[in-house]
Amino acid sequence: MYYGVAFAIFVTMGLAMVRALLGPTVYDRVLAVNTFGTKTALLLAVIAFLYGRQDFLDLALAYALINFIGVLAVLAFFQNRRTDKSNTHEE
Amino acid sequence: MAGVIDGLSWLLLLIGGGFVLIGGIGTLRLPNFYTRMHAASLTDSMATLLILSGIMLQAGWSLATIKLFAILVFLLLTGPTASYALANAALLSGMKPEETGRTVGDKASAS
Repeated sequence: MYYGVAFAIFVTMGLAMVRALLGPTVYDRVLAVNTFGTKTALLLAVIAFLYGRQDFLDLALAYALINFIGVLAVLAFFQNRRTDKSNTHEE
Repeated sequence: MAGVIDGLSWLLLLIGGGFVLIGGIGTLRLPNFYTRMHAASLTDSMATLLILSGIMLQAGWSLATIKLFAILVFLLLTGPTASYALANAALLSGMKPEETGRTVGDKASAS
């Protein structure tokens, strides 16, 4: 059963990576990377029980936190940049 | 009793895996940004809840359950926050949702 869930998470990570490579806007890419990071934490939790190595759970915790901080940092960067650009375009 | 808990946890893991797949397919296939974000963020929360609950049932009462619970709380707090920040950034940058472009566009330009 763990193998099935791990397989589903792997497939979704692949699909999210395709979306991150295709994505027409930068927000699509950020969305895909956010999905990828959340699925990484889930996959680490599943793998911890798949192989019976419970110390992987600490890695999953660290990944969850790093993913959140990373997405917010990238968003703050692009939000300021894009609004400045669109303002100069419109006015 | 153990069989019931095992079956319940397998059911939760199975449904969670289904949600993960649905989210991945929706993120790739839906037509515009806001629909893609709705697919990704909704299934993210649901799949996180289901899969981590399923693993927690397998772990029983131990330190692993507490760690899993911490991961669950962090992911459930940060996932919707990141989704909100992403949608807010996209809206502020002038990307309009297509079906309701008129009303939301007015709000965005007024604020």
